[in-house]
Amino acid sequence: MDLGGINLVTLVASLMVASVPIMLAAIGELVVEKSGVLNLGVEGMMVMGAICGFIAAVATGSPVLGFVGGALGGAALAAIFALLTLGFLANQVATGLALTLFGLGLSSLLGQGYNGIKPPPTTALFGPLGEIPVIGPILLGHDWVVYVSILVVALVWWVLKSTRAGLIIRAVGESHDAAHALGYKVARIRLLCILFGGAMAGMGGAYVSLVRVPQWVDGITAGAGWIALAIVVFASWKPWRVLLGAYLFGGISVLQLRLQAAGSAIPVEYLSMAPYLITILVLVIMSSGRGRSALNAPAALGQNFHASR
Amino acid sequence: MLRRTLLATAALGLSLGLTTGAFAAGMDKVKACFVYVGPIGDGGWTFQHHQGALDVQKAYGDKVEIAWQESVPEGADAERVLTQMALGGCNIIFTTSFGYMDATNAVAAKFPNVMFEHATGFKREHPNVSTYNARFYEGRAVQGTIAGRMTKSNKIGYIGSFPIPEVIMGINSYYLHAKKVNPDVELTVVWAYTWFDPAKEADSAKALIDAGVDVIASHTDSTAPLAEAAKTNGAVIGFGQASDMAEYKPSPRVSSIIDNWGPYYVKRVGALLDGTYAQADAWEGIAGGEVLIGEITDAVPAEVKAEAEAMRDAIAAGTYHPFTGPINKQDGSPWLAEGQTAPDGDLLGMAFYVEGIQGDIPK
Repeated sequence: MDLGGINLVTLVASLMVASVPIMLAAIGELVVEKSGVLNLGVEGMMVMGAICGFIAAVATGSPVLGFVGGALGGAALAAIFALLTLGFLANQVATGLALTLFGLGLSSLLGQGYNGIKPPPTTALFGPLGEIPVIGPILLGHDWVVYVSILVVALVWWVLKSTRAGLIIRAVGESHDAAHALGYKVARIRLLCILFGGAMAGMGGAYVSLVRVPQWVDGITAGAGWIALAIVVFASWKPWRVLLGAYLFGGISVLQLRLQAAGSAIPVEYLSMAPYLITILVLVIMSSGRGRSALNAPAALGQNFHASR
Repeated sequence: MLRRTLLATAALGLSLGLTTGAFAAGMDKVKACFVYVGPIGDGGWTFQHHQGALDVQKAYGDKVEIAWQESVPEGADAERVLTQMALGGCNIIFTTSFGYMDATNAVAAKFPNVMFEHATGFKREHPNVSTYNARFYEGRAVQGTIAGRMTKSNKIGYIGSFPIPEVIMGINSYYLHAKKVNPDVELTVVWAYTWFDPAKEADSAKALIDAGVDVIASHTDSTAPLAEAAKTNGAVIGFGQASDMAEYKPSPRVSSIIDNWGPYYVKRVGALLDGTYAQADAWEGIAGGEVLIGEITDAVPAEVKAEAEAMRDAIAAGTYHPFTGPINKQDGSPWLAEGQTAPDGDLLGMAFYVEGIQGDIPK
């Protein structure tokens, strides 16, 4: 299973792990954007989830509670965003950017004294089954969060596509005035979506600080939140494409390091650039000639709603 | 717009007047400012610079005011931050990353009476720009010795940040000394293209481990590579980089290179206070105390530990230079003749691997 000196099995296994934080954050953001809200504070919510999850895991000794703590931390920051944009009708773009800066600072403050501590380990779910050749490392050798993240993608896809709740969320995101006229509580629905997005970003952040880099250092997410935002656009707001996008982005970052370790002659700059180039390409192809609707962007994305209008 | 320019010019003139007058005869109070490339909590490079800044405060108390800014990107942003600091009354500004080199020199031209100290660079285009560095390659020689003795797979790895002389020097020194004690050793280099991105640093370590490497040296700022090595239950070892990283003792962290900037910062700010300040190009190593070798733990056999410590002491005593010929370049052309030691100029501009290292340095 070697290709150019790279073991494909370990490559696939490690790209699945590397993609978890951006996948969770991106699927959360997808739901937020589907409800018509653009929250650019993903990076801030992720880093808050990273520190809250870390503190919870260290304090309780349970990695599972750590992820719960991470989700709560991300949701708490998202609640501030909801208050400002839904309550005070603040500009969503500016609020989201401010949220990132605030999250980075606050997490650094909360993290004082947590440098150099090791969190309780998150172990493989199926234990020795992960030793089976080929399918073991790829399908059975992961920790539970990897499986949960894929389940969340499936769940979001099902809810948005086949349930009444999903229809309402999409209605609010396409035309909040029409949804309001039909009697749906636009602000309340958006609040729930924003909290869900925050919780997912927080869990993604907690995965970085508890599993991928099991430790706390300031700014540990190092830009993963921005990649998550790019993935949502890349995925053209479709859940399964988020999975694909996360594997692509995560896979290329893992692959380029392995290519180097294998002594490949491909310049790493091209590989690092590739996911972003593909995002631009997708945008160009999808927007060519057929307008915004072909892009599948929610029509009311980024617009504030007030019932008086 | 006009008014703002006017104000800025006035502030500039004011700070010029003040510093010129005070410079010749020493100063009563110095404001020392520090620009950091990462967060202080990185546990590595920036953390150590900040320790140095705190040493300055401790040494001079009320006579010094320190200020700093964390996570300043290398590039245009750095120039803005430096200009703000210079306008804000800083008398001496330490820019603590290689990538600030051009920004430091550009801003220094505009503020001739503010002293600029750039870490690990080589450009001193103006009389008020000094550079300082530490001979980290001396520490890499000690690490290479341990790596060559400790590897079981005969594959050792190095996580590089950017292909700059500073890092290439470290790679060459690490490899030469591993090769010296273990002729079968092979070195794999992975470039992370970042100083600080814990997830990427961990991925780099993982890629090396999956490729069969069992001793990893890193040249990035966080403790993530050690955390990744720790997951292997002792099969893979590594070294603390920039800071001691003692939380990973006794294994995977078997030793470390500790950057000790305090003495230099105290000396330079002191010189500004008493009026003896002059442009400098400082490059101290183990002998000068700028590079410390962290404790070698019991995970390393006693005789290897003794050998590594002997290497450290020989470098400190000046009886051994880590780059002593005969050494050939990667392409086989001779670099240093038998017994010749590397001139500093060659090291500071180093852009080639030594003979035996596989792969190319990215351009």
